[in-house]
Amino acid sequence: MNIQNLKTDFLVIGGGTAGTMAGIKAKQANPDADVLILEKANIRRSGAIAMGMDGVNTAVIPGNSTPEQYVREITIANDGILNQRSVYQTGRWGYEVIQELESWGVKFQKDHEGNYDLKQVHRVGKYVLPMPEGKDLKKILTRQVKRHKVRVTNRVMATRVMVKDGRAIGAVGFDVRKGDFVVIQAKAVVLCTGACGRLGLPASGYLYGTYENPTNAGDGYSMAYHAGAELTNIECFQINPLIKDYNGPACAYVASPFGAYTANAEGNRFINCDYWSGQMMLETWKELNSGKGPVHLKMYHLDDDTISEIERVLWANERPSRERFHEGRKENYRTHGVEMNISEIGLCSGHSASGVWVNEKAETTVPGLYAAGDMASVPHNYMIGAFVSGRLSGINAMEYVQGVKHIEPDPDFLEAEKARIYAPLNRPDGVPHTQVEYKLRRYVNDYLQPPKSPTNMDIGLAAFERYHDTLDLMGARDPHELMRCMEVHFIRDCAEMAARASLYRKESRWGLYHYRLDYPDKNDEEWFCHANLKKGENGEMEMFKREVAPYIVDVNLDQEVYDVAVR
Amino acid sequence: MALTTQRVDVPVIVDESKCLEKCTACIEVCPLDVLVKNPETGKAYMKYDECWFCLPCEKECPTNAITVQIPFLLR
Repeated sequence: MNIQNLKTDFLVIGGGTAGTMAGIKAKQANPDADVLILEKANIRRSGAIAMGMDGVNTAVIPGNSTPEQYVREITIANDGILNQRSVYQTGRWGYEVIQELESWGVKFQKDHEGNYDLKQVHRVGKYVLPMPEGKDLKKILTRQVKRHKVRVTNRVMATRVMVKDGRAIGAVGFDVRKGDFVVIQAKAVVLCTGACGRLGLPASGYLYGTYENPTNAGDGYSMAYHAGAELTNIECFQINPLIKDYNGPACAYVASPFGAYTANAEGNRFINCDYWSGQMMLETWKELNSGKGPVHLKMYHLDDDTISEIERVLWANERPSRERFHEGRKENYRTHGVEMNISEIGLCSGHSASGVWVNEKAETTVPGLYAAGDMASVPHNYMIGAFVSGRLSGINAMEYVQGVKHIEPDPDFLEAEKARIYAPLNRPDGVPHTQVEYKLRRYVNDYLQPPKSPTNMDIGLAAFERYHDTLDLMGARDPHELMRCMEVHFIRDCAEMAARASLYRKESRWGLYHYRLDYPDKNDEEWFCHANLKKGENGEMEMFKREVAPYIVDVNLDQEVYDVAVR
Repeated sequence: MALTTQRVDVPVIVDESKCLEKCTACIEVCPLDVLVKNPETGKAYMKYDECWFCLPCEKECPTNAITVQIPFLLR
C-alpha cells in the first residue's frame, strides 16, 4: 500500500456547497495561504447540489426582510432551541453571498423591475428566491475554486480528524480508487461533508434511493464525534414529505408560489403552510393515519401554462430525473396529484437542526476544527446557510492559523487507523457492505422512526452497540467497496447518536421530529435546552444539557407557537 | 463466509456503439463512482449498483451514449 503525506494550511473536508465556499473565502482572505479541498467524489458534481438547485430558501434581501425577522421566524419554527447568533449570520451575510454568486454567473429570478423575485413559503415572510436556471451551480463554483487557486484532491475520503495537544492537526483517509493511505497535516480543518442522508432505509429498500445525495453518509458527524467535538439537537431528526418511492422533493417550495398545495385524498388542505417543519410533518403523519390519506401535492387545478412552467423548473434542477419517474408511471401533474410519503429519518441541520455544535464563527468545541453546511447545527440553514457557514469557516480559520504550526501526527494513531480502514480488504469473503448496511438501516427504521417509544429505542441502541462486532465481519474486494464499508462505520455512529439523544430528551418537541409516545408534551421547564453529546473520557458516548444562549432577538414563545394545522 | 452473486437490473445503460474509448467524462462526474471502463473493450459500464439517478453522467456524455433509468425498485 502506498502512503501519501500532504501538508496544507487549511484543510476543507468535503467540496460541496459549504466546502467550495470555505476554500474560496479562505483564499480571498489570504491568497498566500495553502488551501486544500478533499472530496471523495469530484467537486464538479458532488454534494447536495450535484445537479444544481431550483431556488434558495433562506434569502434575507434588504427591502423584503431583515436578519432580525428571519431569526424570529426560525426561532419559532425550531421551538426556541437554537443559538440565535449563528442563525443571525445566515440572515446577515446571505445577501452578500447571493450578490457574489451572481457576479460569478449564477442566475436568480428577478421581476420586471429587476428586483429579486422573492416568494413566500415560510409561515411568515418571503425568503424563497427561485433560480430556475440553477442547474450548473456546481460547475460555476468549481470554476471559482480553480480561479482562486484552491487545491483540490478528488476521490479521497477522510475517515478521521487528527487531534493532538487538544487541537485539530489534520486528517486521515484513503484514495477510493487506488487505495493509498492519505495523511494530511493542516493548521486548521473544516468539516463540511453534508447530512447523514443514509441513516434510515427508504421504503423502496434501495440503499441509495435517498433524499440526500447518498455519498453524504454522516461522515462529518462521526469524524467530529471521534475528534472530541460536541454535537447537538441530534434527536431533532430530518424527516421530509417526499414523492412516494422516488423519495425526492415534489416540490412544494417551487410549486406553492404558483398555487399548488399539499392536500389529502379528498383534495382538501390539512396544513396552511408547506414550509418543512417538524410540526408540518406531524400534521402529515396524523393525516396519513386518519383515513384521509394518501396525501398529495395538488397542481391539477392550475392552468396548463402554469403547470408547464413548474415542470420546466422541476425537470431541469436538483432532481431532474423526476420527469422520467412520472413518465414511467404515466402520471401527469395536469391530471394526477403527486403522491407523497413520509421519508425515513436522517440528520441534517440544513432542514432541521441536528448537527455538530458550532458558534457564530463556525467553530466547533475543538480548537482548529470548524464545521459548516448541512452537518453544522444552525437550524433550517438550507443552501444559503451552507454558503454563509462555509464563508465564516474560511475567513475565521485564516485568522486562526496565523502563528499556528504543523504538528507531527502520532504514529500509533496512524497505525491504528490504517488497520481499522483496511481490515475489510483482508476479508474478501466477508459479509458484503450492502447487507451489513441494509440490516443496520432497517434497525434504524424499526426502532427510531417517530413516533418514538422508549423500549423500542432501547432495543435499537443495544443493536447499534452490538453492531461493532458486525462491522468486523465486513469484507471488501477493492478500494471502492472499502469506501462503502467505512461509510457503514459512519452510519453506525450516527444511529447510536440518534438513539441516545432521542432517549435522553424526555419530552416531545419539533412535531414529528421528536415525538415521544411516553412524553407526548413539550416540557419547557426541564427541556428548554440543547441536548448535546460527545465522546467521554472512557470512550463512551456522553449526553448532557447545554443552555440556550440568551436571545439577541426577543421572541415570546408562549404566545408564538408554530401551528400550521387546518382545523 | 459463503457467498453468491446476485443479478440486478442496473439503472445506467451505456450504448457501446457511441461510447468513446478515450473518454472518461461520465466516470469522472459520478458522485457515487459507480462507473468504470471495461479494460477489454474500453467502454464504460455500471460496475456497482449504487445509483442516485442524479444524471451528471448522462448530461456530461459528449456522445449521448448514456441513458439513466429510475432504479427498478423505485420505478
